Amino acid sequence: MKICGPKCSLCGLIISVWGIVQLVLMGLFFYIHSVALIEDLPLLEEYENLDAFYTAANAAYTQNAYNCWIAACIYVLTLLLSAQQFYMNSRVTAN
Amino acid sequence: MGDMFRSEQMALCQMFIQPEAAYTSVSELGETGSVQFRDLNCNVNIFQRKFVTEVRRCDELERKIRYIETEIKKDGIALPDIQDDIPRAPNPREIIDLEAHLEKTESEMIELAQNEVNMKSNYLELTELRKVLENTQGFFSDQEVLNLDSSNRGAGVVDEATVQHRGRLGFVAGVINRERVFGFERMLWRISRGNVFLKRSDLDAPLNDPATGHPIYKTVFVAFFQGEQLKNRIKKVCTGFHASLYPCPSSHNEREEMVKNVRTRLEDLKLVLSQTEDHRSRVLATVSKNLPSWSIMVKKMKAIYHTLNLFNMDVTKKCLIGECWVPTKDLHIVQKALSDGSAAVGSTIPSFLNVIDTNEQPPTFNRTNKFTRGFQNLIDAYGIASYRECNPALYTCITFPFLFAVMFGDLGHGIILLLFGAWMVLSEKKLARIKNGGEIWNIFFGGRYIILLMGLFSCYTGLIYNDVFSKSMNIFGSNWINNYNTSTVLTNKHLQMPPNTSAVGVYPLGLDPIWQLADNKIIFLNSFKMKLSIIVGVLHMVFGVCMSVCNFVHFKKYSSIFLEFVPQILFLLLLFGYMVFMMFFKWFKYSPHATFQPETPGCAPSVLIMFINMMLFKNTKPFVGCNEFMFDSQEGLQKTFVVIGLICVPWMLLGKPLYIKFTRGRRVSHVKHNGELTGNMELAEGETPLPTGNEQAGGAHGHEEEPMSEVFIHQGIHTIEYVLSTISHTASYLRLWALSLAHAQLSEVLWNMVLSLGLKMPPYTGAIGLFVIFGAWCLFTLAILVMMEGLSAFLHTLRLHWVEFMSKFYEGLGYAFQPFSFKAIIDGEEEE
Repeated sequence: MKICGPKCSLCGLIISVWGIVQLVLMGLFFYIHSVALIEDLPLLEEYENLDAFYTAANAAYTQNAYNCWIAACIYVLTLLLSAQQFYMNSRVTAN
Repeated sequence: MGDMFRSEQMALCQMFIQPEAAYTSVSELGETGSVQFRDLNCNVNIFQRKFVTEVRRCDELERKIRYIETEIKKDGIALPDIQDDIPRAPNPREIIDLEAHLEKTESEMIELAQNEVNMKSNYLELTELRKVLENTQGFFSDQEVLNLDSSNRGAGVVDEATVQHRGRLGFVAGVINRERVFGFERMLWRISRGNVFLKRSDLDAPLNDPATGHPIYKTVFVAFFQGEQLKNRIKKVCTGFHASLYPCPSSHNEREEMVKNVRTRLEDLKLVLSQTEDHRSRVLATVSKNLPSWSIMVKKMKAIYHTLNLFNMDVTKKCLIGECWVPTKDLHIVQKALSDGSAAVGSTIPSFLNVIDTNEQPPTFNRTNKFTRGFQNLIDAYGIASYRECNPALYTCITFPFLFAVMFGDLGHGIILLLFGAWMVLSEKKLARIKNGGEIWNIFFGGRYIILLMGLFSCYTGLIYNDVFSKSMNIFGSNWINNYNTSTVLTNKHLQMPPNTSAVGVYPLGLDPIWQLADNKIIFLNSFKMKLSIIVGVLHMVFGVCMSVCNFVHFKKYSSIFLEFVPQILFLLLLFGYMVFMMFFKWFKYSPHATFQPETPGCAPSVLIMFINMMLFKNTKPFVGCNEFMFDSQEGLQKTFVVIGLICVPWMLLGKPLYIKFTRGRRVSHVKHNGELTGNMELAEGETPLPTGNEQAGGAHGHEEEPMSEVFIHQGIHTIEYVLSTISHTASYLRLWALSLAHAQLSEVLWNMVLSLGLKMPPYTGAIGLFVIFGAWCLFTLAILVMMEGLSAFLHTLRLHWVEFMSKFYEGLGYAFQPFSFKAIIDGEEEE
């Protein structure tokens, strides 16, 4: 049952919480097409015309938003796992 | 709560205590922790002091407690932790009880241990005997018939006769350590000239040595020989090699019987051993409940007797006299403690306290609470403040986190620090109980308020720099607009947005978010952050120089204000303050919306070049259409400032020494008060020297009759140091720019090289890649940006405070107030 010790599970707990908070926010910012994140989009070097660029950028924004939110969900799983490990470890030491 | 502006006023007191009330009075004083005793018996050997027998008694008790503690640890019983209910020092009746308890427990433990050793050796012998009996089965199968047991003495004359008659083989059986077998065999071979036959068989399971408990591998052997002499020799060799011999009957039936016998005896012995173990555990468990509190009581007792040894017995042998330093605000606490002590013992004659005057330098005591203690420690690490000197720790509470934040400015990292600090502060009661967290944990926990404040201020500077993990936040909408048409934008790779047309208005708070995406971000930020660093630096240094006025006023060195402070501040303000003024003026004067060409940004002169030209009285040719100077009469003003600045140098160099020279000559003819010179200026000012001469000790300067050449040289060194430091320290503040640039760039690199890869992944499946890469980015952020950069910024801030700020006014030649406090003693011992 025990996969990792107390320090490892605490580390996993903290990173999971941080990951959930930050990835949800980042997903939100990608969803509202925030310009600050424009350099993190998977875009090509050149497009033929402006419309092609706009469609590609919009698609990239929404795609990144979904990616972030899915990663946040995976972090929820990690959070549950780490929390369970953490409580199990703290019960063992209490006993 | 004392004020942190300067250290507390201390009084040297004499205490007269009745001998019968001495122990309780000192106990009360130790509980309050307000006095620092002085040793009045310096020249007396420790072993000849008055209370040396009592100290020995305490040592004896401590030894017993330590012994019992080791026994408890051996058994693995946990000692309870007493945090809240710390017992007081024991009174004489309790001491006797304690001694009796400890005596009884110790003797019981020793007895149990001894019995256990005895029983274990018995057990070992019986076990070995059993092993011998079992293993020699094979050896005797052929010899059995001959019935040749040579160790069987009680068998009667018949056997002896048979042995002598036949002259055949006898044997001895025993057990020996496995390592010694070969040497044993060789020795037997040698002494018997090859006439001894040794058969051996190794025991698989190791046996435990009774004294040490270590498992030892042994071997069973049987040595066959012929003749009485050989038997004796063999027996001697066996004793030499520490082999244990056992009587082993050669007949099978006898052996069986013996084995059964031995087995029952072993069972009995095992039972007794386990019962002894149980008894021991029970005794230890009962003792362990009281042991920590006894330990503390004995420590307190010992501390009291050590302190009593510092006292002097007066001539009439009626009372004990002690000298101590007490903060003036705590005198009433000390009085109360003394009266409590006398009352506890029922003495009718009260002890009393007498304040005496002295010229010695008292210890420096800064009363701190849990918040200010961290900052005070930072300052004390550089040097304890001289008595009643202005305490820089008061300002450090805010300037330290602020300068840290200027170098660390990132909202994301600031939030991480803030959360960490907040967690430590909110759960400080629980976390304070952790005893063995390690040195690093102690450092972090001790600085929790510093970390909390650093995080808070970093959040603020992160907002101003508009930097969250190297991304900017567009809260109010950028004030830069794009005025180019579509075709220009599409055909040009790089475009410049001129501020006169593209910048509308001013971003309300902090940096405009568009700068994070601009190519010339670093050029812009460099100019901004460098100027900011110099402005902050000059302000900090001016503040430092002004602090020296507080010290001069307090120590009544009014002449120093005119001879040292005024030239110093003039020099700093007229040159570097003027440079700061130039920076602000440049920011206000030049605008892209100006119509008059010399006021456009292209014509803005470099502040540094202007400053250098000012110092060297040079001129540079300006660009076409521009003016060399920012305002009319700048040239004349600059020349005036430089001349005044140059005058300040000999003023600093010669002012004070000449003044000392003239006043010394005048003062020799004055009547000397108090029989000693307490400073340079005070008496010459015509003031009456106050009885508390410690205030006038001149902040521990005491230039008493220093030869004039020394005075001139000292002043020369101070002047050169100050003048050079104005330049070097001002430049040193540029580290505020350098570290903030490094932090921002590291943050950007980490995002672009790590997290960006995770964000540019294919849809849906890329989420897993993002999950992994995000974890890596988190770890790197924590390790590099928060820990490493945080420690780096902390270090540089500390340096700025210690060197650039405190060198302008701080002396730091005091010694710390170390009161006699039980709490400090017990906490200190626990740390060891």
